[in-house]
Amino acid sequence: MHKVEKKIIWKEYQKEIPDDHYFFVRSCIRQNFFPGSETFFLNLLRKHLGKDIFEDPRHTTCTGIGYHTDVVPFETIMTVVARHFALMTEAGYEHMVISCVTSFGIYAEILETWKHFPKIEEKVRKDLKIATGREFNIPQTITHCSDIIYKFRNEISSIKEFSLINQFNDKPLNVVEHIGCHYSKMFPAYGVGGAEFPQVLSGMIKAWGGHVLDYPERRHCCGFGFRQYIVQANRGYSVANTKKKFESMEPFKPDLILCNCPGCTMFMDKWQYTIAEMEGKTYGKEKIGIPVLTYEELTGLLLGYNPWDLGLQMHQVQVELLLDKMGIQYDEFTKYKSKDGEDIGQPNIPDLLSIPAYSNCKI
Amino acid sequence: MDNPTYQIYYQYPLIQIVKSNIMSQKKIAVIGGGVAGMEVASQLDYLGHSVVLMEKEKELGGHVQNWFQLFPDRKAGNEIINQLRSKILNSKVEIKTSTQITDVSLKKNNIGLLDQQNQIYNLNAVVLTTGYDLFDARLKEEYGYGIYKNVITSIELEEIFKSGQIINPLGKRPKRIGFVHCVGSRDEKCNNHHCSKLCCVTAVKQATEIRTIQPETEVFCFYMDMRMFGSNYEEMYRDSQEKHGVKYIRGRVSEAAESIDGEIQIKIEDTLTGRPLKMNVDLLVLLVGMLPSKETTHLGQKMALNFEQNGFIKGKDAHCHSNLTNEEGVFIAGTSSGPMNITDSISHARAAAMEVDQFLNVKN
Repeated sequence: MHKVEKKIIWKEYQKEIPDDHYFFVRSCIRQNFFPGSETFFLNLLRKHLGKDIFEDPRHTTCTGIGYHTDVVPFETIMTVVARHFALMTEAGYEHMVISCVTSFGIYAEILETWKHFPKIEEKVRKDLKIATGREFNIPQTITHCSDIIYKFRNEISSIKEFSLINQFNDKPLNVVEHIGCHYSKMFPAYGVGGAEFPQVLSGMIKAWGGHVLDYPERRHCCGFGFRQYIVQANRGYSVANTKKKFESMEPFKPDLILCNCPGCTMFMDKWQYTIAEMEGKTYGKEKIGIPVLTYEELTGLLLGYNPWDLGLQMHQVQVELLLDKMGIQYDEFTKYKSKDGEDIGQPNIPDLLSIPAYSNCKI
Repeated sequence: MDNPTYQIYYQYPLIQIVKSNIMSQKKIAVIGGGVAGMEVASQLDYLGHSVVLMEKEKELGGHVQNWFQLFPDRKAGNEIINQLRSKILNSKVEIKTSTQITDVSLKKNNIGLLDQQNQIYNLNAVVLTTGYDLFDARLKEEYGYGIYKNVITSIELEEIFKSGQIINPLGKRPKRIGFVHCVGSRDEKCNNHHCSKLCCVTAVKQATEIRTIQPETEVFCFYMDMRMFGSNYEEMYRDSQEKHGVKYIRGRVSEAAESIDGEIQIKIEDTLTGRPLKMNVDLLVLLVGMLPSKETTHLGQKMALNFEQNGFIKGKDAHCHSNLTNEEGVFIAGTSSGPMNITDSISHARAAAMEVDQFLNVKN
């Protein structure tokens, strides 16, 4: 691979990412599946980087999952998003920061629609005014949370306590990145690095010492694909897609999968269990699964956060071996304890998924 | 008859007759020393005009010198160039290589040019033979050109042919090679709606060459339509299938990616069977299309010429005056006016010489 040429191409796709004063909109599902990610992101910006980021509790779902499954019509989702713009305008902000890739794609789709069909924007403004009495300004920028972390990756690098270096051999950890189709496949200019060779996650990985793996099915869908999963009869397609990715990345021996999108993180993580149950195969060079992290979880680990405060115990594939490789200390006895020491319950150990780390953890 | 120039002129008796009618010396600049530029300059010289041929590179020859063999007769690219170059070298044409025009002034009866060394040229006519540039394949990111070593362009394959053996950039003798047609042509996403005309037949020629040199190598061409417009092209296409076993699949490659051993995995939709395909190739060749060269665009804009939608310079009339432009005294020939093969470029160049000659004689 010609690395210099790759850098030249990536330079063509540098989007504007604001420095400060962000209006934050959350994801519907991330707080359930990756409960520490959004909280950490807010802490990172406020405490570590000294930035102003505001969220309004009146903010709702963008209805993206409903939209992509044909339950919510486009007119409705546009009005919901217009209300979010109104909350941002009322709070005096101009830069929208979006936690979810599905939402990010929807915001981009709506803004592009309005750009090309101004009458639709007019109608949405009218509808919002009638329904809520609100008015809004178009945000000056829309950025995904990962864009912000990408922007400050070097600052983060200067304060991090750990790196993406394998402590056992001093070599960079092999990291697969998955940006999620809706981050930039639909509107490449909205993503850092475009659609084909996006830099948003790979830029972080490189800045933090890791080695980015470019494997043949890198651009392939994670398997979520809304209808592939939500329509129960189609779930075979979902697992088949995810399996295709794992089979393709396996020869490159990844230590970690870094994800951008809530759906992708969930499916790349949880389908590893499903594939093990269906086919008796566990991926990863140690055959205990390939850990899947959100970019906030990874950033938190590098900054020295307790893995269990970041919610890593909620993942399907156990992360202890990755933590060992990174040289991160953890207390296995507090893994399933709440902050006040109460037992939060433990998952069942699967029958077929070979997870030696479970027994090592003595849970 | 010992004089090589004379030998060449002897092949064109009609032009000899025309030459005898020319009495005046007019100064003409031909900008661009490729096939069309060399031909128009030597023809104008033969017609008795004073000609300066300007070329931005160190040597005359243009793109054709990069071609190992040409279609349809597999003649060496250099053979054509040497033939045209020897005509020029044995003429009175003033050759100025490493010369780029930086500014232009158009006045009645006088065209002024300024080169990068601030030399001024006062001219009676200018012929733009500034030609084309090849599409930058990096812009079709999904094919990974510039990133994956085994993804190359059709022009780079010609370099491989010149070496005499087909070895991919990773040093392996390829077992399977894929050709992607229409890279940067007929593609709305690149804002290039036009057909570059020559890529299809280039693929046929190159695929045939590979199968001739290395019959054990499988060759697949992924095309939208096969546009075999020239004489003998259709026959070449048929032969490539019947005699050489080249496989043609109608459909565009959607993406290319590198496997762990450097093979290129490609995904294609076979639009005739309506099925998706995935295969690995040891070499992926991108048939890059033709765009107006930077000089064509720059000088065309400086001279306020009209452009076609595809960005090439527009002729005054598509049928009868394709060498004339909207500016009096400014002519075009060859691929500055659109994608064209060598045969057509040379014919167009000769026609341009006649148009210039007629224009100057009328003015005289």
